Amino acid sequence: MKLKVNGKSRSFAGAPFKRLIEVLREDFGLTGTKEGCGEGECGACTVLVDGEPVNSCLIPVCSVEGRRIETVESLGNPGKLSPLQEAFMERGGAQCGICTPGMLMTATAWIKGGGSAAPGAIRECLAGNLCRCTGYQHIVDSVARAVKGKGGGKRR
Amino acid sequence: MTSVGVSHRRKEGPEKLCGLAKYIDDLSLPGCLHGVTLRSTINCGTIKSIDFETGFPWQEYVRVSAMDIPGRNLVALIEEDQPLLADRKVMHPHEPILLLAHPDRAKAYEALKHIRVQYEALEPVLTMEDSLAVKRALYKENNVFKSFLIEKGDIVKGFESARYTVEGEYRVWHQEQAYIENNGMAAWVEPDGTVTVQGSMQCPYYIHKALVKIFGLPEEKIRVIQSATGGGFGGKEEYPSMIAGHAALLAWKAKKPVKIVYDRAEDMPATTKRHPAIVRHKTALDKNGKLLAQDIDVVMDGGAYATLSSVVLSRGTLHAAGPYECPNVRVRSRVVATNTPPNGAFRGFGAPQTLFAVELHMEKIARAVKIDSLTLRRRNLWKEGSTTATGQVLSESVGACEALEHTVKKSGYVRKVKEYASWNRNAKKKTWKGVGLSLVHHGAGFTGSGEVYLASKAGLSITEDGRLQVLAASTEIGQGTNTMFSQIAADALGVPFDWVEVENPDTKFVPNSGPTVASRTTMVVGGLVRRAALAMKEALAKEGLVLKTPSDVKKAAKLLCGSEPIRRFIVQYEKPAEIVWDDATYKGDAYGAYAYAALVADLEIDKTTFEVKINKLTTAQDIGKAVNPLLAEGQIIGGTAQGVGYALLEHCVYKDGAMVNGQFTNYIIPTAMDTPAMDVKIVEKPYSRGPFGAKGVGELPMDTPGPAIAAAVNFAAGVWITELPLLPERILKAINETQGQR
Amino acid sequence: MRGAPETMAVLRPKSGAEAVKLYGQQTKAVPLAGGTDFMVLWNLGLLNGRTILDLSGVRDWRKIAAARTGVLVGSLATHAEIGRHPTVRAEFPLLVSACATIGAAQIQNRGTLGGNIANASPAGDTFPSLLVYEAVVRTVSPRGKRKLPISEVFAGVKRTTLGPGELIEAVELPFLDKRPSRRLFRKVGTRLAQAISKTVAAGILRLGKGGVVEDFRFALGSMAPTAVRLTEAESAVVGFKLTPAVVDEACRRLERSVSPIDDIRSTREYRLEVSRNILRSFLEGNQ
Repeated sequence: MKLKVNGKSRSFAGAPFKRLIEVLREDFGLTGTKEGCGEGECGACTVLVDGEPVNSCLIPVCSVEGRRIETVESLGNPGKLSPLQEAFMERGGAQCGICTPGMLMTATAWIKGGGSAAPGAIRECLAGNLCRCTGYQHIVDSVARAVKGKGGGKRR
Repeated sequence: MTSVGVSHRRKEGPEKLCGLAKYIDDLSLPGCLHGVTLRSTINCGTIKSIDFETGFPWQEYVRVSAMDIPGRNLVALIEEDQPLLADRKVMHPHEPILLLAHPDRAKAYEALKHIRVQYEALEPVLTMEDSLAVKRALYKENNVFKSFLIEKGDIVKGFESARYTVEGEYRVWHQEQAYIENNGMAAWVEPDGTVTVQGSMQCPYYIHKALVKIFGLPEEKIRVIQSATGGGFGGKEEYPSMIAGHAALLAWKAKKPVKIVYDRAEDMPATTKRHPAIVRHKTALDKNGKLLAQDIDVVMDGGAYATLSSVVLSRGTLHAAGPYECPNVRVRSRVVATNTPPNGAFRGFGAPQTLFAVELHMEKIARAVKIDSLTLRRRNLWKEGSTTATGQVLSESVGACEALEHTVKKSGYVRKVKEYASWNRNAKKKTWKGVGLSLVHHGAGFTGSGEVYLASKAGLSITEDGRLQVLAASTEIGQGTNTMFSQIAADALGVPFDWVEVENPDTKFVPNSGPTVASRTTMVVGGLVRRAALAMKEALAKEGLVLKTPSDVKKAAKLLCGSEPIRRFIVQYEKPAEIVWDDATYKGDAYGAYAYAALVADLEIDKTTFEVKINKLTTAQDIGKAVNPLLAEGQIIGGTAQGVGYALLEHCVYKDGAMVNGQFTNYIIPTAMDTPAMDVKIVEKPYSRGPFGAKGVGELPMDTPGPAIAAAVNFAAGVWITELPLLPERILKAINETQGQR
Repeated sequence: MRGAPETMAVLRPKSGAEAVKLYGQQTKAVPLAGGTDFMVLWNLGLLNGRTILDLSGVRDWRKIAAARTGVLVGSLATHAEIGRHPTVRAEFPLLVSACATIGAAQIQNRGTLGGNIANASPAGDTFPSLLVYEAVVRTVSPRGKRKLPISEVFAGVKRTTLGPGELIEAVELPFLDKRPSRRLFRKVGTRLAQAISKTVAAGILRLGKGGVVEDFRFALGSMAPTAVRLTEAESAVVGFKLTPAVVDEACRRLERSVSPIDDIRSTREYRLEVSRNILRSFLEGNQ
């Protein structure tokens, strides 16, 4: 079965009911996507399917055959962070980091979809991504900064 | 080029943001088996038999039971009462009995369905009340793991001269740490016989100590490595010793690497929780609302084994009287055994429980004395020169007043009290509004003489190729350890922040800087890092070298390393002579310094649904010095959010001694929508013995939301609820009861 | 995670007709739409060894089509797609509101209306809205096609009246004859977002000449083994003016249609009182 993962065509020949998260992590080596609950509650496993955020822990891979999958690995790398990642660096959006890949993917869809920088709207958009470290405020700040087109910049 | 005080970017941030940081479940080990745990289904009793279904392919599995343990069957902590695997006796639901490993994770879990354990069950003890009444003896003859007594002045005299006497009882329940990364550990045995574990943890040397006893091996034959850790909050303080022991036993028996990674459905019901507590206050006051006497009684539920309960109780006891001066104080406390999974460390460590009680009690006192609770607090709060319940004289760094006054002013508290009272008289409004205040202190570092026993070591090294590395076992679990250590070392050494790295906590390479707990990492271990850096600087100064350019570092490497690959500057904790503490009488300097925080909660309650919506939280927190203001603010906002959950949402539903809502679907932590906007002010009243004036910040913010939100809810709804969480169901019930009384 | 993918047999139809045929041959198979509920249990290792009818390839059941008499929502349309559809937004706002409260974005992008109905959770957030709009469920099986009023679909906790091999093809939403004067959707969950309902209400009300109620429909979820219309309360209101006595009587009758329980999420007392408060404020016109 074929999938388009982070712009590359990939094929998978294992059990069709294997979950997308495990195919990404075990078969494709993309361990950036995390599993926090297996219930579709925490959103740590959020990836984009055809541009929309979904919980990859609740998806058998057969049900997304041929679809376009994007994971955190599609964003940037430590040497060249994406503007959203830069904003997270600048505004303290990541602490322990385990919810971060999922947060980034939900925020990526938000920004691509023309989402606003209003804190209330960002909070609503991120409601499916639990974070236990930050109390969300610095994440909301980070996303707002990215929406406004600012990534990194001068240190305070 | 000072680093301290600047919001430097998180050291390991890029790896985390790119999904490259390796958490334990991301680690791929060739030939690795997956370990699973068979757990008890009864509270209390004896295992009669363990039957393995015939015909099941058991030959594919590695099995470990208590009999396989080469050393001692225990999880070494403070007491030695908790077995690593239940051996005949079962003391609580979800107690580990047997371990299995298989190359396929689902098959490992599947096997658990094919094992039948027969028990002889005994009537369990499930409540603190039944435990105190010794319905059955679970621990020694009285079920008391530990008790404390603090006495100051003469309590009887205090009550004799009282104009007002106010009594109250306050109650809090379990809370789940709810780190987003579940507990997980990998283990393998090196060819030289070294038992190695790697995983999600706060305290590598706790695990090291536990494994030494489990295997009966010399210390150098045990190695513990931290992997990226997805949150701890105390939940990865002591529990990882258990799971590390399990993984290591399986690996040792299988002669292959073994990984145990819990899923949420196992992690939540089986691992530690915040201790439930009942706190009773009886307080004497003069006609002006000055405290004359505080008589406080604390009971905590430790669960089935002692774990860290004695020190949780100690911290709870030492914070029970609040940040207030009172001439006569008695605090009696004990933590008791029940047939429930052991409770353990959770951010705040006993203090959120007792501070909730004393702070809500201040509201009750204010009503009785007929002054507002702000004035009551102003009249009694600690200032420089105040004496605490243990007789500690606070000689410096007392920011209680600044924190309170800033918070009150910034939040418009006084105006809102009036405004909301009038709003609430209008029956046409669809909500009731409320505002509530709290003021707390939080001791940084280990309790009492704890830091002396720990005798922590940390250091700074330089390698022959000129890398500067902080050496400490203090873990980065999201709070910013790596960044903060680098800033402190950079400033002490006089080099840019970017020149300093932090060695990954690995017992093979880093000294034991103590556990990553108790708001001690910046104040205590940061202080050691600073001293180590100063020692290196001094050694270089002797050679006439000052580090100004990268080539100076190369020179320094040559000078200091000589022919060795690395030169380490390690320093050890030294107790300042002025700090005096007596464990026997619980008198003296309980903590080197306290941090302080005030918080105002501004909320409304929907009259249709009794749901609480917090509109704003305003807080000021005196942490001595913010080494990294952005990270410190992140700690404050994040800790406050956990406190919001504790206050409003987080309810562990126990049935027959076991948590029955142990999933994220039903154990409700705040989402971004449930967490209000916060206005945070950092107050800096420097502490002379903290590095650059810093005190602790990790736990402090957890203490404030419970009492402030409870005060605001009580104000809004015109009720008197003394229990957390303030679920809409409880608010409705209280309203109905209050109206019934009218 | 405890699910064992290699123990699962997967049937992968490419059309509705093929799905019906395969399901007819293997009625023990589990139809899988968005999987947002099924996969939670599967991850716990509770559903290994099953045969799955994976409906992801059935494109023809994803469509949402507006017609003269109403909107036909394909059973595999996601909550997000329903919430975005312009005709649904204009004519069925209570359903739009309900779809927006199911989980968060990630769940709304996967969960489907047909899957939601077939799953028949007592806490299904779309059901009170569907009951109020008197939706009709279109099913198909080897025995033929059926149309069931939504009120006849639910048989109990997680049980439906669908027969073996019977699949939901679409849901008809008939347009209301006249615009309601008032409408309400209110979900009371365990927190402000991404929550399971303690009670969930949907209602419409139309006032006629002289303030007489011409139409009143009110339904609740999480208050009984299935979502329910408050027929007793409705009949106390329709044909009357909304006097305090009429409102009181309607609120009194609420209890006759429901049987809420104490569970890990809430209490019977709370569910009843809050549901009554919601009904009352709706009838009083100040929600």
